[in-house]
Amino acid sequence: MSTAFSSAKFSTQPFLLNPTSAASHESPLLFAKPTSQFLGSTRKLRLSSSSKLNLSRRSGTVVAVSDVVKQKKSKSTPSLLITKEEGLELYEDMVLGRAFEDMCAQMYYRGKMFGFVHLYNGQEAVSTGFIKLLKQQDSVVSTYRDHVHALSKGVPARAVMSELFGKTTGCCRGQGGSMHMFSREHNLLGGFAFIGEGIPVATGAAFTSKYKREVLKEADCDHVTLAFFGDGTCNNGQFFECLNMAALWKLPIVFVVENNLWAIGMSHLRATSDPQIYKKGPAFGMPGIHVDGMDVLKVRQVAKEAIGRARRGEGPTLVECETYRFRGHSLADPDELRDPAEKAHYAARDPITALKKYLIENNLAGEAELKAIDKKIDEVVEDAVEFADDSPVPPRSQLLENVFADPKGFGIGPDGRYRCEDPKFTEGTAHV
Amino acid sequence: MLAIARQRILGQSFQNIRPAVSVLRSYSSAAKQITVREALNSALDEEMSADPKVFLMGEEVGEYQGAYKITKGLLEKYGPERVLDTPITEAGFTGIGVGAAYYGLKPVVEFMTFNFSMQAIDHIINSAAKSNYMSAGQISVPIVFRGPNGAAAGVGAQHSQCYAAWYASCPGLKVLSPYNSEDARGLLKAAIRDPDPVVFLENELLYGESFPVSDEVLDSSFCLPIGKAKIEREGKDVTITAFSKLVGYALKAAEILEKDGIYAEVINLRSIRPLDRSTINASVRKTNRLITVEEGFPQHGVGAEICASVVEESFAYLDAPVERIAGADVPMPYAANLERLAVPQIEDIVRAAKRACYRSVPLAATA
Repeated sequence: MSTAFSSAKFSTQPFLLNPTSAASHESPLLFAKPTSQFLGSTRKLRLSSSSKLNLSRRSGTVVAVSDVVKQKKSKSTPSLLITKEEGLELYEDMVLGRAFEDMCAQMYYRGKMFGFVHLYNGQEAVSTGFIKLLKQQDSVVSTYRDHVHALSKGVPARAVMSELFGKTTGCCRGQGGSMHMFSREHNLLGGFAFIGEGIPVATGAAFTSKYKREVLKEADCDHVTLAFFGDGTCNNGQFFECLNMAALWKLPIVFVVENNLWAIGMSHLRATSDPQIYKKGPAFGMPGIHVDGMDVLKVRQVAKEAIGRARRGEGPTLVECETYRFRGHSLADPDELRDPAEKAHYAARDPITALKKYLIENNLAGEAELKAIDKKIDEVVEDAVEFADDSPVPPRSQLLENVFADPKGFGIGPDGRYRCEDPKFTEGTAHV
Repeated sequence: MLAIARQRILGQSFQNIRPAVSVLRSYSSAAKQITVREALNSALDEEMSADPKVFLMGEEVGEYQGAYKITKGLLEKYGPERVLDTPITEAGFTGIGVGAAYYGLKPVVEFMTFNFSMQAIDHIINSAAKSNYMSAGQISVPIVFRGPNGAAAGVGAQHSQCYAAWYASCPGLKVLSPYNSEDARGLLKAAIRDPDPVVFLENELLYGESFPVSDEVLDSSFCLPIGKAKIEREGKDVTITAFSKLVGYALKAAEILEKDGIYAEVINLRSIRPLDRSTINASVRKTNRLITVEEGFPQHGVGAEICASVVEESFAYLDAPVERIAGADVPMPYAANLERLAVPQIEDIVRAAKRACYRSVPLAATA
């Protein structure tokens, strides 16, 4: 299996990002003919000293979507990639992500939200493209930029908004915050603040799935785990350790790199010896794929393959999604180092406008329907804010709760009984 | 002689009571005000220009001017060979720093917060702290690890831990924690000049606060001794020890206590390892009561060590049990009201002081 993944097939120019094939089913993903070029996948480098090539920028439009359609196995009429229902579902999910994040920014500047808030504007295609293909029992592990992953996975907008306001009705009762979203019901395993921290955790979740199937003999357990992380994380040791183990043990996991080219103020090209992250997959014996992360349909195609592979027990995949965040790293980031021309270039490839255009051009939906969805989402977000506003802050007694699954972990009090049995402890007035 | 000594000490302690700053301006000829951020920046600048072996390393220290703008302007001044923007790989770049220090360079490694140092803690302890011992003095590691420590505002459980106790329990490390601008400048310069590994714990919320500094502090050869605590405020009834941001809280608590007739002596520890046990014990022998204040988790914390030290050396002088004030024994919650409950506040210090002075006061904050 590993021989298929030599990088000899690709161009040797280091900075030319290679095309993805979205449509070949007869051969493993990597062998597809590189017919569609990545649009706008080149970028102007800030420091000329770090680049040896002068790359020309190509303009990006959503022509790619229809290109992909043409490449499908020979059929007399080009078939569409999605049905109307799927299209509307994708549109609604992306608009929810965008509207929610915009509302977060507003609420932060009004002081209702505090601490570190990292927004996902611009990257919605990755979250929607991948997570909408999962079942409820599949797991998602994310980073601090996790609001939209939570929403796509099914955590209600009300719960996420309350959590951000620090109210007790939040998905983690106000104890986690923006960077630590967890949901057992929806199998969202967090929400980690440290770079690279979520990857081993995701690998462990995938391990559990395989263990359940093989050791505990739950024959139909085919749960897949998705690990989302950024370009900066791909220089971290934990990433490589997990690529190795996932491939070694053929774990049902997909490593999704949201390469938005910037880690706070550090450009990916300044931090990485070989910036083509997908190449790191074959080094460990798994396929590495690069996809245009601003195009939700392309992402969805690649995701289908990768998740399918994992579900069938064929092992992990590394998918690099080239995407961009329209806002700064967090709401506290002045975002001075990014070139405005670069920002404009990616703003023109906004995934939501792209999908809208696709749906309308292919007669899957009309303007009016899409506007109705926009309106509905606005109401959902407004309702979430109202709910969060009206929710109570956590009571005093909550401070000492949830530290242990077995609260006897707080030990024995001065009166010889377990501290957690003292009523004052639960009221929060005990001397701890 | 005692009178003269007392006057001198009183004069010094007057200099450092912050709220009276505007009155003080008329006393000293040039009491400039600088923020802790400026103090750290100027210390780094001066040490880098004095010694070409000093270099900076960390995430966003160069082009971004520092994640908290501490290293502002240094990339322009010293170039990318001496101010290195690293990829996000704490274990890797800390190890590289330690290796460079083995060969005589003087790295200053910045952690964006000390929480991230947990990814590199193997190198801090095993490669840096223990090397001089394991090599029988052949290899010394003149490295400084600096960054913000402790809780900020609303940043959640993984960004709010205080690491003073963890690092201070390790032999081979020196652990410093400045409070005001003078501490920041003097201790950072001392740390960079020191031939041993130093963990320098700053506080994010103090970066923007400005404090008055004398001309002596602004001089480029200014340096504070490592291992000496400072008595920020003289008193006779109860000793309060604190470090970093909580020194400010302790000083405010001392003012509140003064109105009730309790004169608290506030000690700014400055150096957690080595701990200035003699200053603390001398103070306890004078006041007979002790309160330790810290932001970190209570068990095995800095306060526990100070209490043990005092019990060992000044047991007969204690008139009341030692009161320990620490953060709550829970991971830091996100919700704003819970976060306030999880960190010590000025009222907690005041209440503890009153308890130690046997004024009857409830144990915990009322709702």
